[in-house]
Amino acid sequence: MAEIVRVYIDGKECLAQNGEYLLQAARENGIYIPTLCHYEGVKPKGSCRICTCKVNGRLMTACTTPIAEGMVVENNTAEINEMRKAIIELFFVEGNHFCPTCEKSGDCELQALAYKYQITAPRYPFLFPTKRVVAEYSRIIIDHNRCVLCKRCVRAIKDAEGRSFFAYRRRGQHIEVILDKRMSEQMDYEKALEAEKVCPVGAIMARRIAFTTPVGHRKYDKKPIGSDVEKIK
Amino acid sequence: MKASIENILRKYQHDSTRLMDILLDIQDELGYIPEAYVPHIAELLGLSDADVEQTLSFYHFFSTRPTGKYRIYLNNSVVAYMMGRSEVAAAFEEALGIKFGQVTPDGRVGLFETSCIGMNDQEPAAIINNVIFPCLTPFRVREIVRDIKENKPVEEMINYQYGEGQNASEMVRSMVSNNIRKVGPVLDPHYKVGEALKKVISMSPEEVIEEIKKSNIRGRGGAGFPTGLKWEFCRKAHGEKKYIFCNADEGEPGTFKDRVILTELPRLLLEGMIIAGYAVGATEGILYVRYEYRYLKKYLEEILENARKKNYLGKSILGKEGFDFDIRIQFGAGAYVCGEESALIESAEGKRGEPRDRPPFPVEKGYLGMPTVVNNVETFCSVVKIILNGGEWYKSFGTEQSTGTKLLSISGDCRYPGVYEVAWGFSVNDILDMVGASKNQVQAVQVGGPSGSLIEPDEFNRILGYEDLSTGGSLIIFGHHRDLIREVVLNFTNFFIDESCGSCSTCRIVPVLLRNKIEKILNARGVEKDLDEMLEWAKLLKASRCGLGQTAGNPVVTSIKNFRHLYERMIQKNKEYDAGFDLQAAIRDGAEATGRIPIV
Ligand SMILES: Cc1cc2nc3c(=O)[nH]c(=O)nc-3n(C[C@H](O)[C@H](O)[C@H](O)COP(=O)(O)O)c2cc1C
Ligand code: SF4
Ligand code: SF4
Ligand code: FES
Repeated sequence: MAEIVRVYIDGKECLAQNGEYLLQAARENGIYIPTLCHYEGVKPKGSCRICTCKVNGRLMTACTTPIAEGMVVENNTAEINEMRKAIIELFFVEGNHFCPTCEKSGDCELQALAYKYQITAPRYPFLFPTKRVVAEYSRIIIDHNRCVLCKRCVRAIKDAEGRSFFAYRRRGQHIEVILDKRMSEQMDYEKALEAEKVCPVGAIMARRIAFTTPVGHRKYDKKPIGSDVEKIK
Repeated sequence: MKASIENILRKYQHDSTRLMDILLDIQDELGYIPEAYVPHIAELLGLSDADVEQTLSFYHFFSTRPTGKYRIYLNNSVVAYMMGRSEVAAAFEEALGIKFGQVTPDGRVGLFETSCIGMNDQEPAAIINNVIFPCLTPFRVREIVRDIKENKPVEEMINYQYGEGQNASEMVRSMVSNNIRKVGPVLDPHYKVGEALKKVISMSPEEVIEEIKKSNIRGRGGAGFPTGLKWEFCRKAHGEKKYIFCNADEGEPGTFKDRVILTELPRLLLEGMIIAGYAVGATEGILYVRYEYRYLKKYLEEILENARKKNYLGKSILGKEGFDFDIRIQFGAGAYVCGEESALIESAEGKRGEPRDRPPFPVEKGYLGMPTVVNNVETFCSVVKIILNGGEWYKSFGTEQSTGTKLLSISGDCRYPGVYEVAWGFSVNDILDMVGASKNQVQAVQVGGPSGSLIEPDEFNRILGYEDLSTGGSLIIFGHHRDLIREVVLNFTNFFIDESCGSCSTCRIVPVLLRNKIEKILNARGVEKDLDEMLEWAKLLKASRCGLGQTAGNPVVTSIKNFRHLYERMIQKNKEYDAGFDLQAAIRDGAEATGRIPIV
């Protein structure tokens, strides 16, 4: 059996298995650490930086940091919360997010985080980038205006041989998600739905189906993001 | 087409981790990588098309459209501009009749920009088909373009002297100069190849590591991790195979000392890598060299070949049973972030140069998941001298916390730009004297490249060392006539924007916001609040994954800290807010098109 270690999150003593990611350990102890690029069951790639905590005084992402005995973590502090709020605002100025017209509204993790952190308007000037909406695939539509570059689609949606349907093109501010042309032809309806679900925002939408859940009954319409974790206690 | 791709793929045994080499070979052969090849390459390697495309599109020297028979890449670094790059660029555009980013209508010549190419001591410089053209002037540009029009091979366009030392040798034939200005124990030309290695094989690997630890040497690539400790971690890590990487990516603008070592002392470097292999129990070494130094390819390959003949590489090295080690060269394809050790490893595996999340560190899980040591070129060279003379001897140089010597790459407004080997503990003032820069003419010094700090004269008594000004060795000197914000801070910030891998939200977005603010201030629309906001926003970068993002705000932050008066001069004093744009101008086109006169 794996060894149990003690970590201190905002002063609270937490027990968890050695080597487990801090994010998991916190959740098991009823402590919510916000995430965006993290997807349960998929290898983490700390790219959104929202789960950043101070671990033994250093900024580290909870989704990628394995815990160790005696770790001291700052999570729900004014400084960290302010940083997270600022990072969420970055996403809103980097893309073009018109929530009222987005099919994902209410199920969108970015929107839910913005509510949770009580964002009314971002502090940064909007970048208003020109982004593409790609409708050339038979199963899905990719709206780059909404993509937060979390790489969840790239990491999670794979074929039987383990090859990714999605990939990144270019780098830096020009980075863009692409769907493999040839593989897209083999993408079935289930895969398309899976991709839509994996995407935290409304950037991937399966064709042929929309608005199955009415607005007002969606995931975050009733309960704020993170409430499932926080109620465990 | 298919036949040539198949030959290339066969050369790399259809190994998908060698994708970088495969793409480099195709690019060398055709000057570009046609998109139509992608499915074929993917199929033969068992990858998806998107897999190939994501590597291909990451590196700026790869192109999917024809870039001409002559591909001109002109450096756009700060120092290039200081030395007359604007005139040189204009001369290229005029003589060729095209703009940067374009190819001539006949498809023969392409003109592009690129980040610092490691020639800051001889700018403005360009790379044309892997050949370096240093010290360009508009006149020289017109000569080059004339030669191009006459269809001269690039190798024959070298119409003046080769550089000194090995630059002039048969295998290099380059116009690049070394500009070695001060020699110390590492650059000592009287080095005898193999002496240290002979000594090493009479020692146990643990004794070798002990000696390195005793010297207190810390990594010379910038981060300054103790080398002995790194080797010990790797030695103790479990893995079927272990690897030694030499980081010769040298991408930090203003750094060029590794180029000089690769040219003059490549055997010293290899010896250091072989010693590391012995110490940690590795069997393979990879020398990762930035694309910009591809002009050294043949030369370095020949040196490796000779080392194999002499049994410095190969099986049972120098007769030592069980000591097997070989080295291959991996070229990059244009991406500063690949200098970050985990990105370097990703790149050598044929992938995008995206840094990994740490832990695990490369010493536990590095190349192909195996324990890997990554060290800088200079670190390996210093190690050889430590083995020869002992850790105690090494400690006699430098300071208590920073032992030994450091190679500095010095450029900018000074009489003698070049490479200097000095003991740690030198002050900036000493350095200015050494390089022939008169102090009352120096406005600022950039220590440690864009990721370091821009310091002002009051701080010139600070010393170089891990305890004070820690540096990978780049110093750029700016005279009073330089516009620090426009020429330096803006250029550096743009560098980070171009070179971010784009993985982290913070590093992808914040530098763009900072750049827009700097431009707002330069356009005389700035207000006091903009400065405070820049400092505030830059803090977010500290939450980035790797050093690139973490330091991308440094040009802005250190310049506001040390040169706030330069910003103050440009901002509007009695105004609290400025949206940064002109509403009238913004709606002019719309108003004209609709024929309506706005009431604003
Ligand atoms: C963006 C970035 C670029 C880097 N570039 C280089 C480089 O060009 N050469 C280098 O030796 N180290 C570079 N480093 C540091 C390496 O990550 C690593 O620390 C170093 O190669 C380790 O070798 P050392 O211990 O001998 O210094 C870079 C780091 C970052 C974050
Ligand atoms: S498309 Fe969706 S899942 Fe993929 S990177 Fe963009 S936001 Fe993430
Ligand atoms: S900090 Fe920048 S360069 Fe480094 S991993 Fe993040 S996005 Fe990439
Ligand atoms: S959830 Fe950890 S970095 Fe995105």
